[in-house]
Amino acid sequence: MIEMGITLFFTAAILAVLAIICIARLALGPTTADRAVALDTTNTVIAAALVVLGTAFNQIIFIDVAIIYAMLTFVSTLFISKYMEEKG
Amino acid sequence: MSFKITVVFSFLFYLALSAGSGNLGLWSGEELVFALLFAVISAALVSRIFNAVGLKPNKSFLSPKRWVLLIAYVAGPLFVEMAKANLDVAYRVLTGKIKPGIVKIPSGLKTNFGTTLLANSITLTPGTLTVDVDDKKNLYVHWIYVKKKEPDCGDICSNFPDWIRRIAE
Amino acid sequence: MIELAYLSLAIGLIFQTFGVVALHRFPDVYTRLHGATKCTTFGSIFIYLAVIIIGAIQFFEGNTQGMQLSLHTLLVMLLLLLTNPTGAHAIARAAYRSGIKPALAVVDKLKGVRI
Repeated sequence: MIEMGITLFFTAAILAVLAIICIARLALGPTTADRAVALDTTNTVIAAALVVLGTAFNQIIFIDVAIIYAMLTFVSTLFISKYMEEKG
Repeated sequence: MSFKITVVFSFLFYLALSAGSGNLGLWSGEELVFALLFAVISAALVSRIFNAVGLKPNKSFLSPKRWVLLIAYVAGPLFVEMAKANLDVAYRVLTGKIKPGIVKIPSGLKTNFGTTLLANSITLTPGTLTVDVDDKKNLYVHWIYVKKKEPDCGDICSNFPDWIRRIAE
Repeated sequence: MIELAYLSLAIGLIFQTFGVVALHRFPDVYTRLHGATKCTTFGSIFIYLAVIIIGAIQFFEGNTQGMQLSLHTLLVMLLLLLTNPTGAHAIARAAYRSGIKPALAVVDKLKGVRI
């Protein structure tokens, strides 16, 4: 069981690195749409990291947080795209 | 009508989130009471919004056959196409070989739900991404490696319309 | 059984990495969306599958928390499968309507169409 915990922490660490690479695109991206794509990807990666960490710590509540996080970031993506459309 | 459906769905969602909490089957008695209470309250709020927006529930979705077909569709053909799509994107990421373009395909579906399902399926399948849809339900698809400039539905979405016609119409 | 969980964790991580690399490798929004949406959705599904398998193993070892773990993760997976393509579609449409042209395009059927 201890080995499984180490594997899960390792996975979460790799996911955190991936999220940081996404944030680089968020800072670089030439247009607003590029930044929106980067934000969307970051959110997906972070939701996966939350679920993995919840398993590693054996805390179900982290996974509930991941559910709410996924829903709210979906709504925020829709709002950003609506804003981009209206702005033209 | 939309009130009842929302009550049932929020009740089931609450039960799924609170499973394993007690000794009455899987749930404790208090959880069941609270589940019903919250389901009724949230449905009362949400159905007012649905009525204000003008959304009507589609009665044909109450038949369990469509739900079984939907699950079979997601687990069977869609999953296989998704696996292919990911290997394809991995190949393009590694080699950088792209020839993008936006093409128009007639979907031939009638209902809004069917078009939504087809657009989402196309987004998850190899090399294609739905960009826009017009009033006649023609889809505008961004294709990462254009093989034909005037494709029909068979070139992009293998046999999805047949499945979706059975699920949604 | 636990090896299956490790295997799907590895597959998931590989595809997540491809998705993130695609963000930096492709030239414009639409091609980036291809990589980002498909690969991260598929990779996340495999990571969630691994967690579901771990939950099932815990449940069969007599730990009732395992079932809760599997059920909640299944809910996250369904939500992701429903919301991720829709979000990508919204971003693509907004990008086109705000005037970003697809780079290196050989054909553009949407140009000039008023929707």
